[in-house]
Amino acid sequence: MRHRLFVTGLTLLMLMVLMGILADLIATHNPVQVRARFRFRPPSLDNFFGTDNFGRDIYTRVVYGARLSISIGFAVVLLTAIAGTVIGLLSGYIRRLDNFLMRVMDALMAFPTIILALALAAALGPSTINIVVALSTVYTPRVARVVRASVLVVREADYVQAARAVGASNLRIMLEHILPNSMAPLMIQLSFIFAYAVIAEAVLSFLGVGPPPPTPSWGSIIAEGKDYIREAAWITLFPGIAIAMTVLGLNLLGDGLRDVLDPRMNVDSR
Amino acid sequence: MGRYIVQRVLAAFPVLLIVTLISFCIMQLVPGDPAVVMAGPQATAKEVEQVRVQLGLDKPFLTQLGTWLYGLLQGDLGRSILLGRGVSQAIGERLPITLTLALLSFLLTVAIGIPAGIIAALKQNTWIDQAVMTVALIGVSLPNFWLGLMLIIFFSVVLDLLPAGGYVTLSQGFWPWFKSLLLPTLSLGLLQMGLLARITRSTMLEVLRQDYIRTARAKGLPTFKVVAKHAFKNALIPIVTIIGIIFSLLLTGSVVIETVYSLPGLGRLLATSIFSRDYPVIQGGLLLTAAMFVGINLLVDVLYAFLDPRVRYD
Repeated sequence: MRHRLFVTGLTLLMLMVLMGILADLIATHNPVQVRARFRFRPPSLDNFFGTDNFGRDIYTRVVYGARLSISIGFAVVLLTAIAGTVIGLLSGYIRRLDNFLMRVMDALMAFPTIILALALAAALGPSTINIVVALSTVYTPRVARVVRASVLVVREADYVQAARAVGASNLRIMLEHILPNSMAPLMIQLSFIFAYAVIAEAVLSFLGVGPPPPTPSWGSIIAEGKDYIREAAWITLFPGIAIAMTVLGLNLLGDGLRDVLDPRMNVDSR
Repeated sequence: MGRYIVQRVLAAFPVLLIVTLISFCIMQLVPGDPAVVMAGPQATAKEVEQVRVQLGLDKPFLTQLGTWLYGLLQGDLGRSILLGRGVSQAIGERLPITLTLALLSFLLTVAIGIPAGIIAALKQNTWIDQAVMTVALIGVSLPNFWLGLMLIIFFSVVLDLLPAGGYVTLSQGFWPWFKSLLLPTLSLGLLQMGLLARITRSTMLEVLRQDYIRTARAKGLPTFKVVAKHAFKNALIPIVTIIGIIFSLLLTGSVVIETVYSLPGLGRLLATSIFSRDYPVIQGGLLLTAAMFVGINLLVDVLYAFLDPRVRYD
């Protein structure tokens, strides 16, 4: 039963992803249509999660919001995976680059994540791509570090020495030997980064630099709802639960991966 | 050990330098003309020119950088466009509030997180362990600003026990001050508590597996002494290194928590200045928060060497 955490996490995550993919099928209303007559309706059979200040159905918006929020998280994971792996590989394998690259990574990690992401997102302008770029910049150092650590270990392995003795080029060694054997910690770190990215997108949207309206993302729904917590607390309640469930699933996934791949590894630090 | 400290301090300098450069370069990233952005859409060409000169944007890049660095060395971070005050002054007014919030959250985090982790480790695989870890996991997964809003709804709107926001200074009475900070501290600290509990538990589990623990138990030492004197002290070492990260998380969290609860702190200053493109404040704020983080990590490194005699560069 070592795989229980992993399976639970994966199931939860897949549920949320499915919700986004099947949004057209399971939604009950139009996510962006303004219906002034239906403002601030509490949860009911017509509107499972109630309506907001524009009369829009919250359930529908949360379901559609999954698309944007999860896609942004996934895009960040892809981008950090590529950038972080390249930097980590180069840094771990080529000693002369190591010092410089790691100092830059340290410097990037010195900024509190949201603050740096906020500054970048605001500087670049509010758009979905810019948020992905900003978040990827913030989280790449962590991935680079993990990859570099693996590379440093694998580099000394016998099969690498053998490959070098046979005359394999550095690039070939990096791609065929070092990279495949560094995957485990990388996958674990990436699942946590997915989780951070989903929350970070929500925070950025909440602070006003998220994806532009009217497309719903979980963070922007909460942001819109925060002015009405007295009259309509349900606007902020449900998207938060959606975020929490997604992140919970991702955390379980990361924990499960760690148990499956290397139970003796130390708990990941942020 | 003195040598170790000196080496750590020296190692921090390149990082600080790059941090400074990055802080400065954020403004350069802005597409288009920062002067236009800051002067606003209704500004005339003359006003834009004024802002440009005021910011020193008419000078070449290196000159701008040099001017800013020179000012830095004298403790001058420039002037805020929107607040009409020096950046250092604006930050100085708000820093104590953020530090108070961070300190309270930190104390709460440590007071609850570490004991929870220890208990979970000692009672591994029992229902206590599962319960603590489940709560910790949920704490780590909840978005803290959402939790803040939920707490406001429950304690302020429904129960009307605590204020929904705003900061009350200590001079106006202990209880009002405390009540204004209670919910923010909770919202900010929960994530860290969960994280610390999880890490404490796994570290303790690692330590408790060690031979010297078995020896201590075999010697007949009472469990409490085994845990407190041997296990915990050794587990403390990796835990201490997490403190730097926890501090960074507290600073990050303060941005959004201060916004939710309308506390006039550094985090909110950064958020509003980023939103309103007040670049001198952004630069100064970025630099300050990163420098604080580097400083805390330096302290943690020294503490680490103090706790673990093996780590001293011999």
